[in-house]
Amino acid sequence: MIPRYQRVILIVLLAASLAMAGILWHLRQRAHQRLLAGEDSAPTQAPEVAPAEQATLVAASDADGSLLAQDRSLPLPADPGARARVLLGKLLDLYAAPDAAHPVPGGAPGIAQVFLLPAPGPKDPQTPDAELAVVNLTGAFAASHPSGIETESLTVLSICATLRANLPRVTQVRFLVDGQPRPTLAGHADLTRTYLTADAVPTGGTTP
Amino acid sequence: MRWIERALACAALAALPAAAQQSPAAPSAHFVVVLDAAHGGTDPGGRLAGGQAEKAATLALSVRLRSLLAARGIAVVTTRESDTTLDPNSRAAIANHAKAQVCLSLHVSESGSGVHLFVSSLAPAQSSLFLPWKTAQAALVTRSLALAGALNASLQHAGLNVTLGRTSLPGLDSMTCPAVAVELAPERAQDGTVTAEPDDADYRAKAAAALAAAVLEFRLEPRQP
Repeated sequence: MIPRYQRVILIVLLAASLAMAGILWHLRQRAHQRLLAGEDSAPTQAPEVAPAEQATLVAASDADGSLLAQDRSLPLPADPGARARVLLGKLLDLYAAPDAAHPVPGGAPGIAQVFLLPAPGPKDPQTPDAELAVVNLTGAFAASHPSGIETESLTVLSICATLRANLPRVTQVRFLVDGQPRPTLAGHADLTRTYLTADAVPTGGTTP
Repeated sequence: MRWIERALACAALAALPAAAQQSPAAPSAHFVVVLDAAHGGTDPGGRLAGGQAEKAATLALSVRLRSLLAARGIAVVTTRESDTTLDPNSRAAIANHAKAQVCLSLHVSESGSGVHLFVSSLAPAQSSLFLPWKTAQAALVTRSLALAGALNASLQHAGLNVTLGRTSLPGLDSMTCPAVAVELAPERAQDGTVTAEPDDADYRAKAAAALAAAVLEFRLEPRQP
């Protein structure tokens, strides 16, 4: 025969266990609801800090060595330097796509900074406010760039042509890698010289 | 009179090597071609799909082309004959000392298709006694474009896809000879599939034969002032 006090303790413990199980299940449900609410509030699109504008990306094609102008609607910042960086980032994103006509891995993070400075040398009366763009590429981008005269030249020329198409005041372009001068991009294209944007002219254009 | 016969015999023996050098296969002293196999030594260049380094593929192409040109009596100077490191200035110095009529910088790439021909992007300039080292090629750009035209015609005649372009290439811009950078890329079908890699012996031989034919054609062209 089980003593009475033991039965009382057993019933109390059983009731306490059931109560704790109920509280735990309730807390779990609340945590689950909180998690779902957090997911719902996560952004599904990149926040647009500026209104979309028409921009031209001059993309290269390895098949025929051409430069093709593509019109895009992109949110662009007002500051010219930041605008140039966003544009070149979008250009490199095109090259990082799986079916790119000019495949180069890395994408937008390959552009570290773009600085716009007054163009050195004698002033041209037609472009008195001409600017020099200094494009600082990342070392990772240069290290992963395919090696070859054509592929490297097309990358350099498409950057120059994209800057010219969107920032007409940029007449000269120089390149740095991780903030330092570098002889070549990936063994071929000369990065020590100043490129004239007038030499980088698209051979055609398409509007996607 | 025996001593006269001995002297004549000695003279004939001494003349034998000279006679051999003047055989039809001997190089001409008037038309010099410089072949610059790009990269080498500690600079491997790019890497082909089969794993071969660009420096090895360019050297193989240079050796092949040198043989074809030498067999046609053209004097050939190569910037390297083995896996040695050479900086762009040394390559230009070798070409300039050779006083060459044709300079070909040989490259190989896995990007693009067919054969890419590049001439210096420097604007044409008047030739003078002293030329700036970094832009010496500017005085020869017009001749370089003519050379690229001859190479283009020959390569297309051989059934190869050719892309022409201008570029700024270290070394090439300092050469004081008609200079073209030749980049051999994979041969591709219309749908983009590779039909021959640059390290394919037959493909390389076909390209080398077309380049040699173009150099022979260019030798016959009247020189511009």
